[in-house]
Amino acid sequence: MSITREEILHLSKMSSLSFSDAEIEGLEKDLGNILDYVSRLDELDTEGVELTYQVFKMQNVWREDVLEKAEADRDDLLALAPAVKDHQLKVPKIL
Amino acid sequence: MKIADKDTRAVDLVRKALDKAKEFEEYNVFISLNDEALKKAEEIDRRIAAGEKVGRLAGVPYALKDDFLSPEGKTTAGSKMLENFRSPITATAVAKLETEDAICLGRTNMDAFSHGASTENSYFGPTLNSRDKTRAAGGSSGGSAVAVALGIVPFALGTDTGGSIRQPAAYNGVIGVRPTYGAVSRYGVIAMSSSIDTVGCFATTADDADLVMGVMAGRDEADATSLDDFWSAEPENKKLRVGVIKDFMNSADGEVLKCTNDYIDKLKGLGHEVSEIEMPTLKYGLAIYYVVQSAELASTMMRFDSIRFGRQAENVKGLDDLYTRSRDEGLMMENKRRIMLGNYVVSTGLYEKYYLKAQKARTLLMAEYDRAFEKFDVLLCPTTPSTAFKLGSKTGDPMEMYLEDLMLASPSMAGLPAISVPAGETTEGLTVGVQLVGPQCSDRSLLKLAKETM
Repeated sequence: MSITREEILHLSKMSSLSFSDAEIEGLEKDLGNILDYVSRLDELDTEGVELTYQVFKMQNVWREDVLEKAEADRDDLLALAPAVKDHQLKVPKIL
Repeated sequence: MKIADKDTRAVDLVRKALDKAKEFEEYNVFISLNDEALKKAEEIDRRIAAGEKVGRLAGVPYALKDDFLSPEGKTTAGSKMLENFRSPITATAVAKLETEDAICLGRTNMDAFSHGASTENSYFGPTLNSRDKTRAAGGSSGGSAVAVALGIVPFALGTDTGGSIRQPAAYNGVIGVRPTYGAVSRYGVIAMSSSIDTVGCFATTADDADLVMGVMAGRDEADATSLDDFWSAEPENKKLRVGVIKDFMNSADGEVLKCTNDYIDKLKGLGHEVSEIEMPTLKYGLAIYYVVQSAELASTMMRFDSIRFGRQAENVKGLDDLYTRSRDEGLMMENKRRIMLGNYVVSTGLYEKYYLKAQKARTLLMAEYDRAFEKFDVLLCPTTPSTAFKLGSKTGDPMEMYLEDLMLASPSMAGLPAISVPAGETTEGLTVGVQLVGPQCSDRSLLKLAKETM
């Protein structure tokens, strides 16, 4: 297997996800299969090849630095939040 | 498609579509229907009667994949996480259709967050194939493909990252258009993988698809990657050099191969010049796709923190528990699997091996397409290796499901336009699609060629 149980536990924490033991077993197998398939990329000689992050090689698309009216205002956006208090997002106590 | 005018009432077009939506309810095409549709149709009829100018798509009902934001109804993305999400903003593609007076009939079913190739991975249950109810619709834009195939609406919107429009189009016998990356603004569309996502459509005729894409295409300040409108340029009237991708012909089933060969004969009969081409890098396309796609979506999926929007878990113990429990409850297993894969391939020590390697391989893949387009105007292969599979037959093995995109992932990674065109059916009555791929911004030539063959 190309991925271990420890790696899965670490990744799930990084991903803000949790899994049952059965799910972890399934992930070991499924992610392992996918990574095995992906490892065929090792056959390709990519020495000195440039990276493609964006197909049109776009970089830094600028616009004028002026304030534009947004489609949604503060109240529209706050209305989407499950918990709001005094025009602020409410979260569980952190400290 | 029928457009409302003095003789055709918009109300009748919408009523007929609503009746059909009801008739085919068991296919589970729609997640929600638009309560405003009839009212909008009445307004268009009133304007026509008053002699006012109406849009190019006046009164035409269309189906909207449920990952396009608009204030009409809820935008669920096929997920529990967004089960009750109402957007205050409108996706540019939708706004442009509305400007031309098209009417959204309803929002269609999809694999949650577009993660899937069968629409079985929806929180709202699977959509059934239009030809055989025991088979999958394909996906992730399965609901939209079936809405058009069943004749409920003349066109429907979808999104295509690694094949989510083309594969369900093939499985339901309709045209599916994935345009050049950036042709249509992605503003207001729930992102999956930002360097690969596109907005496209399903239709039954090439002319309808061309009209709809033309309405949606063009630069949008709200999407930095959107391109200046190239859709207004007419495609050249000439015989095309068509390259048949030998590597993929070898991977297709007997009946799919037969339909593809019949399609090739048709192209030859029309005077196009057809020959074979070998493209050995394409067999790496799916591997490149799964690395880049998952890496990008692991990042975009982190926005679902359940604090700013989305469904929040109850009775949580602290902030970490809130994030984790909300995501556990709101996401499907496939969403989680892809997030895990994506975070794995960009993790310390593995980033070079997987992510950088794939982005370099992507450069090689694009170079191979560049070489192919020196000799050919269009590249052709089947859309899928086989026909629509039985419901449930691939849900237990993610890799098996991922292989659905074998022939579709490469053009996606290169940002190329790719369309699936109906190419007949098997003895069982299942539909087969042929994929046409062209250089960037050659979308209309592909549709013109499709039109000649239909």
